[in-house]
Amino acid sequence: MSVLIFTEIDNGALKKSSLEAVYYGSEVAKMKGTTATVLAIGTATDDELAKAGNFGASKVLHANDSRLANGNIQAYSDVLSLAVTQEGAETIILAMSSLGNAVAARVAAKLKASIVSNVTELPDFSNGIKVTRSIYTGKAFAKVEMRGEKQIIAVKKNAISVVESSNLAIVEPFTPTLKESDFAVKVTGTHKASGIVSLPEADLVVSAGRGLKGPENWSIVEDLANALGAATACSKPVSDLDWRPHHEHVGQTGIKVSPNLYIAAGISGAIQHLAGVNSSKVIVVINKDPEAPFFKAADYGIVGDVFDILPRLTKAVKAL
Amino acid sequence: MKILVCVTSVPDTTAKISFTDGDTKFNKAGVTFITGPYDDYALSRAVELKEQTGGTLTVLNVGEVDSEQVIRKCLAIGADDAIRVNCEPKDSYFTAVQIATIAAQEKYDLILMGRESIDYNSGVVHGLVGEMLGIPSLSPIMKLEIDGTTAKMTREIEGGKEDIEANLPLVLGCQEPIAEWKIPNMRGIMTARTKPLRVVEPVGEDMTFTEKYMLPAPKGACKMILAENAEDLIGFLRSEAKVL
Repeated sequence: MSVLIFTEIDNGALKKSSLEAVYYGSEVAKMKGTTATVLAIGTATDDELAKAGNFGASKVLHANDSRLANGNIQAYSDVLSLAVTQEGAETIILAMSSLGNAVAARVAAKLKASIVSNVTELPDFSNGIKVTRSIYTGKAFAKVEMRGEKQIIAVKKNAISVVESSNLAIVEPFTPTLKESDFAVKVTGTHKASGIVSLPEADLVVSAGRGLKGPENWSIVEDLANALGAATACSKPVSDLDWRPHHEHVGQTGIKVSPNLYIAAGISGAIQHLAGVNSSKVIVVINKDPEAPFFKAADYGIVGDVFDILPRLTKAVKAL
Repeated sequence: MKILVCVTSVPDTTAKISFTDGDTKFNKAGVTFITGPYDDYALSRAVELKEQTGGTLTVLNVGEVDSEQVIRKCLAIGADDAIRVNCEPKDSYFTAVQIATIAAQEKYDLILMGRESIDYNSGVVHGLVGEMLGIPSLSPIMKLEIDGTTAKMTREIEGGKEDIEANLPLVLGCQEPIAEWKIPNMRGIMTARTKPLRVVEPVGEDMTFTEKYMLPAPKGACKMILAENAEDLIGFLRSEAKVL
């Protein structure tokens, strides 16, 4: 009957997006008159995991099988569905991510559950279970009734404003029996940029486009991002030209972000780019062309030369 | 190798989105429908793999009759035949059941589709199909090489990518740069007209029901800051927008 939240561990702690999902799940549990249980897979200390209580969870199930280190989708799906059975959970909550969505999908098939992704608000329980999701890459929303006996809700970043408490959760080991066939897929290498703010997790994003004229000029973008503690992103042409890696490309066919602040420098704002950023809370556009379509989607705009403006903004942030 | 590519028929990326019938239906008037951009990547890689290894390439669409123009285009690009499941794909689970039902009979070595459709953006159908068939599912795949019965892949993860090896059969959600989009040539367009397109009726029922569509609240006016006062932006972000 409890609400179960699938979380991800990164560097020994629950990911920020997962903590948002924990808070969302705890609010759902309150609405249903039950408690929220977290499933955490990977290496983390009990003290660290108990902090899920700050976000409303009463219990954490900790699965720490060394074979689960690589984010194996099938194995994670089995662990989650076994946790659902143990807890008798009806509603499963998780944050959207490359791993979360993949696991949620397989678990939905195992449990014959309704599954909805990109959920942007708390559910409405007044008549059945209804959620609001973003569709058409942020250009519209839909109110969807979940008709399955079990429901899986994949939550978009910033769907809920988190309020932390000082409560701690009880941490219990969870040791499900895994099948050898769960490990048929082998991860043979991982290439991850280290020491940077992860783009889908970031609250603040500094993004740049062809207006930067070349990859050698990216230091002014990175300087502002570093000063703000922001992630860097880019437009599709920039990633197509190999100025920046594909995992920084935001837009219709790239990453969709919904940070608190999105600063776009030297990006004209093609509709395909806007599709990836239109759920950002605040958008700042810096462009030398006053006719750039991006200004229509912006909250703050500066018409000017990015090579002049960006270093000045960096200086102003450092002076705070 | 026997390949299935699942494609969606979706509004063009520049389409203006609006709704009719008291916000319960998508307004198709004046909207151009295209093959899902991610599905196009999947199809393009499938055509290349078929050229390399031989075998057959089938396209599958869960959609109503008006998606046949998209299906014909896929046939023109290089698919051998097509199946259309005659219904509106409104729910991920239901859509996956249609694909898995056909795939369970046909036993494909490789099932490719886009990482997500660009209308509902769910990004879960590949995972659902994989579990329904009891085979691995991976997404988003940006590189795919087939060596005998082994697939070597690159999957995008947050802030990077990972290399993966797995045996066929597999279900993969694809994205760029797995292949360059292919444009049909005249011969392809001519032969596509006579390639087989089988229409089957759906099974099962939706697990979700869309009650109402909504458009986002209109954006307020953009506050313009003069270039010479650019530094003021930081103050506004802090005291007014409260995001710093």
